[in-house]
Amino acid sequence: MTGEVFEAPAFGTADADFSRVDKARLVNALARVVPAASLLHDVEDLRPYECDGMAALRQVPMVVVLPETEAQVVDILKICAAQGVPVVARGAGTGLSGGAQPHRFGLVVSLARLKKIVSIDAHARRAVVQPGVRNLAISEAAAPYGLYYAPDPSSQIACTIGGNVAENSGGVHCLKYGLTIHNLLKVRGVSIAGDIVEFGSLALDAPGYDLLPLITGSEGMLAVVTEVTVKLTPKPQLAQCVLAAFDDVVKAGDAVAAIIAAGIIPAGLEMMDQPATAAVEEFVHAGYPLDAQAILLCESDGTPEEVAEEIARVRALLEASGATEIRVSRDEAERLRFWAGRKAAFPAAGRISPDYYCMDGTIPRKRLGEMLKAIQAMEQKYAMRCINVFHAGDGNLHPLILFDANMPGEQHTAEAFGAEILELSVALGGTITGEHGVGIEKINQMCSQFGTPEIKAFHRVKAAFDPDGLLNPGKAIPTLNRCAEYGRERMGASRPPAHPDLPRF
Amino acid sequence: MNDQIQNWAERIRTAAASGTAQCIRGGGSKDFYGRQPVGEILATTGYSGIVNYEPSELVVTVRAGTRLADLEAELAGRKQMLAFEPPRFGVDSTVGGCVAAGLAGPRRAAVGGVRDFVLGARIIDGRGEVLRFGGEVMKNVAGYDVSRVLAGSLGTLGLIVEVSLKVLPRPVAEATLRFEMDEAAALHQLNAWGGQPLPISASAWRGGVLDLRLSGASAAVDAAIARLGGESVPAQVAEALWAGLRDQRDVFFSGDDALWRLSMPSDALAVQLAGAQLVEWGGAQRWLRSTAPAGQIRARVAELGGHAVMFRHGDRSDEVFHPLPAPLMALQRNLKKAFDPAGILNPGRLYAGL
Repeated sequence: MTGEVFEAPAFGTADADFSRVDKARLVNALARVVPAASLLHDVEDLRPYECDGMAALRQVPMVVVLPETEAQVVDILKICAAQGVPVVARGAGTGLSGGAQPHRFGLVVSLARLKKIVSIDAHARRAVVQPGVRNLAISEAAAPYGLYYAPDPSSQIACTIGGNVAENSGGVHCLKYGLTIHNLLKVRGVSIAGDIVEFGSLALDAPGYDLLPLITGSEGMLAVVTEVTVKLTPKPQLAQCVLAAFDDVVKAGDAVAAIIAAGIIPAGLEMMDQPATAAVEEFVHAGYPLDAQAILLCESDGTPEEVAEEIARVRALLEASGATEIRVSRDEAERLRFWAGRKAAFPAAGRISPDYYCMDGTIPRKRLGEMLKAIQAMEQKYAMRCINVFHAGDGNLHPLILFDANMPGEQHTAEAFGAEILELSVALGGTITGEHGVGIEKINQMCSQFGTPEIKAFHRVKAAFDPDGLLNPGKAIPTLNRCAEYGRERMGASRPPAHPDLPRF
Repeated sequence: MNDQIQNWAERIRTAAASGTAQCIRGGGSKDFYGRQPVGEILATTGYSGIVNYEPSELVVTVRAGTRLADLEAELAGRKQMLAFEPPRFGVDSTVGGCVAAGLAGPRRAAVGGVRDFVLGARIIDGRGEVLRFGGEVMKNVAGYDVSRVLAGSLGTLGLIVEVSLKVLPRPVAEATLRFEMDEAAALHQLNAWGGQPLPISASAWRGGVLDLRLSGASAAVDAAIARLGGESVPAQVAEALWAGLRDQRDVFFSGDDALWRLSMPSDALAVQLAGAQLVEWGGAQRWLRSTAPAGQIRARVAELGGHAVMFRHGDRSDEVFHPLPAPLMALQRNLKKAFDPAGILNPGRLYAGL
């Protein structure tokens, strides 16, 4: 590990130039540490890696390597450090912010073959897994013991735990059960220097600075994760869901605040506006009331007695908040049907529109109504539709902007629309990303959320782990030059911005 | 930004230029903790008050010098709490000190520790730069999560000026049950219960007696009492018991023998070291009063997968926190330099050289 910390690392000011990376030299070196079947360098083999879940941005990497052991990861990173090669770690490629977008002169390290569940310790309620294990696979392996892994991002059937650590993923149940960071004990990773480092411990804390929250959500920019120890949670005996309809989105927002203010932390608390409800109803036939301006889904879990008590309180609060209709799931099938619509929001958007652009701002709950009204005004301004699904309990919004990338200018208009939602999230006291990460998608808006001193501090943190800036360069933290340019553009403020032809994500 | 923050920033800039160590101090109730405090006292106690409290948002933003007691009284008025139950080693304990020390009380294993509740912070780093990380919302992945790293950093990365904490509703019902069992049985039982959906919010075992606190909805607590059995501890006695453990006013913590905090995997076997022992957090935190050599204690604890802190008393001339592997220590030094290149903020309080 290099001890040097740059006062202001060069990569923090301007994007580093990696054009001198020598592909043949890199491939030769890698071929000495991994089998031929783990190394891809023909353009046809590289194509599947050209984007992650943010498909609007494509870039074929120079080389892809698929290590099968931690020792190979160590060797690979040492080669990249020695040759000055950018490294992009990749899980299942389901990320929505372009965090795993390849670097033109870089290596993609796919962790897909590190997919062993190393151990499940039911007595201690923990699982040790490799980074390529799918989120849902952990819960499936723990199920025979009455345990599960609580964070449940919508993509849990496909997304990997390594990616979850990189993004600090959430899900519909994190209001009660926490984010990825709250459900981790230990992350083992390899630094760019090739050192194996453990963050956290099997105990509830570790000596020294607590680096676990720094690694979690660091978007592959501080280390490459090779093993994750997660906490397992006992499965609640029962879960029940209340569906409430409102004739006004502000009333629905107030109902959310009323539930929290009453001291209830539901297992899930979700909201959908009328266009979103209509879109999913057509798709999954969940039986949602179509005339409602907003619907809330409020889930309660625990012992049967506890659930009955909480549901009764929630029902009373919803009635007092002016719900026009309240349904309580009568059995597991009905509960799953209530959720089917919410969970199908993204595919439903894809069904009614050729393309959609998903935003991820988080705002104080009390500003929900205000935000919805503003989004309605933006729909007029940009002449583009937006359907809204929210993790209302924690103020995390997922507006889905509907557009057609084949229509000239629409992609750019959607981006401008999205940027305005993010800027408003910051202005309302929130953040540009609650759980999807900054990646490359929201990198400009980082300049709105943070000032130059914070951006510099982030670059120094990065340099403390990766002095040469080789791990996922260009992601998550903007360069100072980029912020300066973005600032000038915004000063010009003739929206849509001045250079509509420039690729902008 | 107000005058006090500007004054502190200026003071830290000057101190950095001259290399003058600053000893950041709140109520001073944790002066005993960590390695020896050194440097000019930078007192945060005058900078107090709640900046923003929105009960329905489950968040409170507080100035660092605010007394913990004042904050908790305000939260209690709205039936909310700091769920991690930070220790109040003195009436003057402050919120800034609470976050900097990163210590949590009996509810830790059930709800999370200090860092799990930190949502954002405003700090002044060792360059005298005022920086704001995180925010007041529950989910926020913009930028590295620096504010959570402050928990337990003992003021060595920055002067915490203001902090936003997630708060939780106070449980509607609470009850304490008492069982007689030996250490091995208690450790086994606590882990077994931990794997079941029970509303356990605290546990403490010592001298053959296990106390178990249940918190939650009335129905959940009643159902658990019926299921677990044990002897019911009267509410007033129970309240004193848990507060005594939280604030270390319990008789176990009196006396001058070295007090060790052993942070262990919850299922680790009994440590079997000489001295009195108290087991909390479902087995994950074990207190030891012992005159055994530090090396012996650390070796045994490490063998069981944990780490040991010489929490209070004992020979504090050397390291009090567990030694780190070299690559991890190098990262910690780099991080310290990133925030405090002149090494003036609480130098050496955590480890020599940090």
